[in-house]
Amino acid sequence: MARYLARRLLQIIPVFFGATFLIYAAVYSIPGDPIRALAGDRPLPASTIEALRDEFNLDDPLPVQYAKYIAGLFRGDFGQSFRGREVSEILRQRFPVTIRLGLLAFAIEVVIGLLAGLLAGLRRGSFLDNLVLVSTTFVISIPIFVLGFVAQLVLGVRFGLLPVAGLREGWVSYVLPAMVLGSVSLAYAARLTRTSLVENLRADYVRTATAKGMPRRRVVGRHALRNSLIPVVTFLGVDLGALMGGAIITEGIFNIPGIGREVFVAVRGQEGTIVVGIVTALVMIFIFSTLLVDILYAFLDPRIRYE
Amino acid sequence: MSKDIKADPAVPADGDPYGERIDEQPHRDATPHAESGLSEGAESVGTAATGGAVSGRSASLWSDAWKELRRNPLFVISALMLLLMVVIAAAPGLFTNQSPRACNLANTVGRPQAGHPFGFDIQGCDYYTLVVYGARTSITIGVLVVGVALLIAIVLGCIAGFYGGFADTLLARAADVWFAIPAILGAIVILSVFNQRGLFQVAFVLIVFYWPVMMRLMRSSVLGTKEVEYVDAARALGASDVRILRRHILPNAIAPVIVYATITVGIVIASEAALSFLGVGLQLPAISWGLMISVSQNRILQDPHLLLFPALFLSITVFSFILLGDALRDALDPKLR
Repeated sequence: MARYLARRLLQIIPVFFGATFLIYAAVYSIPGDPIRALAGDRPLPASTIEALRDEFNLDDPLPVQYAKYIAGLFRGDFGQSFRGREVSEILRQRFPVTIRLGLLAFAIEVVIGLLAGLLAGLRRGSFLDNLVLVSTTFVISIPIFVLGFVAQLVLGVRFGLLPVAGLREGWVSYVLPAMVLGSVSLAYAARLTRTSLVENLRADYVRTATAKGMPRRRVVGRHALRNSLIPVVTFLGVDLGALMGGAIITEGIFNIPGIGREVFVAVRGQEGTIVVGIVTALVMIFIFSTLLVDILYAFLDPRIRYE
Repeated sequence: MSKDIKADPAVPADGDPYGERIDEQPHRDATPHAESGLSEGAESVGTAATGGAVSGRSASLWSDAWKELRRNPLFVISALMLLLMVVIAAAPGLFTNQSPRACNLANTVGRPQAGHPFGFDIQGCDYYTLVVYGARTSITIGVLVVGVALLIAIVLGCIAGFYGGFADTLLARAADVWFAIPAILGAIVILSVFNQRGLFQVAFVLIVFYWPVMMRLMRSSVLGTKEVEYVDAARALGASDVRILRRHILPNAIAPVIVYATITVGIVIASEAALSFLGVGLQLPAISWGLMISVSQNRILQDPHLLLFPALFLSITVFSFILLGDALRDALDPKLR
């Protein structure tokens, strides 16, 4: 286990540097001069441009710039935006919003998705099973921005059940966007749970348990369910990070000031440091959650032995 | 590639001395779980399930699947719908005699009416014509992205799964890097590098984000297939690596990847629409369902038809691909029978 853990931790290194470098290089290549973009109709004086370029290391070649950025990162310094805001301050402001949205979406996904998947899997071929299959296919097929608009129009505007946009009404404002954000993952989770449970219910060990007279409750609860949930836990672990990274469309539709919106505005305004900072934070969330899932795996599935 | 898919492993080809005996039964132990160590259990189930289904020489995986598919109403429906979409994409002129560029501002946001069943957009263009021409963009992007990504995935997945070692490690880490970047945010950043964004730029970015998943799937599928006796037998008879991969491993290992790729065509089409909706995908004057929804997003309350029609066509297309993939999976996976 210790050796596996060490190897798994080592694997993080190339992933972290690879992903952050790719994003840094892409932002670096965005056409246009970010310093010129700061000024309006009247161009900045040459000395100011010079000072700013020097401050943001813009005249260094790409690898040097990247190295300086990473060095700052390890000191906990996310750098400054070209307009002089601390990127870490922006992260502190925006991330909690997206995390709240992501967690609520995740909760909806886990509760409803697992429940629907379990009910469908236990009664394979029943009406409920078909209902779950058809409705999840629909949810996956409808693009999330269409789903967002429809939810906004129907639940928000027509029936007035939930706040339509913005965050002024506290946590209730998160409900509708979280439902939309979590819907696709919910559908995947439900289908995965169903398939996994159906497969496990046919396994030999389930037949054995039934044959020795164990009540069905215990067969399902103690044997089938535990094993079926292993792939689901993997999916959910990876999905938590994906929900936050994918919140951008939902945040746009529901006018929620999270990181997605911030990235979007920052790309337009050529605020490279903000973009790289946010994506780096998301990459770290992803790396951490997959690591957690991999370790969890060893405890959940005794068949997996790491040597 | 299509030759390999159609290659019937149960029918010995001419001049294939070891084909007959070795390829007798379809081997269905490759599952996406192979990587996670679950394959032991799945293997026995899979072999047991197929063992009984083998009847004579015509019972290959793909001919069995085809028989099963023809009887599946979901497959027939989704295949017909996709056929219609492909025809619309290939020859939009068959479905409308108007030009999508023939617009009259006097008709701006006109409601659906006789002769113009979908109404007009903000520029006064016939919305039905626009929706029809939008099919071409979506189908092209979907097929192009998945085709290229699939090709990359098959080649790299075979290398990683069959040879293992350093190449495997290298490819696994490369895939990890792309996994770690949130797809939409990454796509936004990369797409903003291009001054002009057309079909090819958007397709390129989508390929970049979709190949790693397929590569992993292909790798684990190859891993599950290469340890079986008929591969050893082929090697003992002196078959080259390329031959073993092409004739023995690929036809048996490709099924899960084909299923995933079919579904991915739908997901890619939705992704293009999402990127165009965000304003970082295709640019006007391109005609795309996502772009149409993007342009009209501020008028949806007053003019719902601007959202309804492109969204409907988009959803139906994505839905058909997912349904087709589901039907394929049911037919190709004997475990679920």
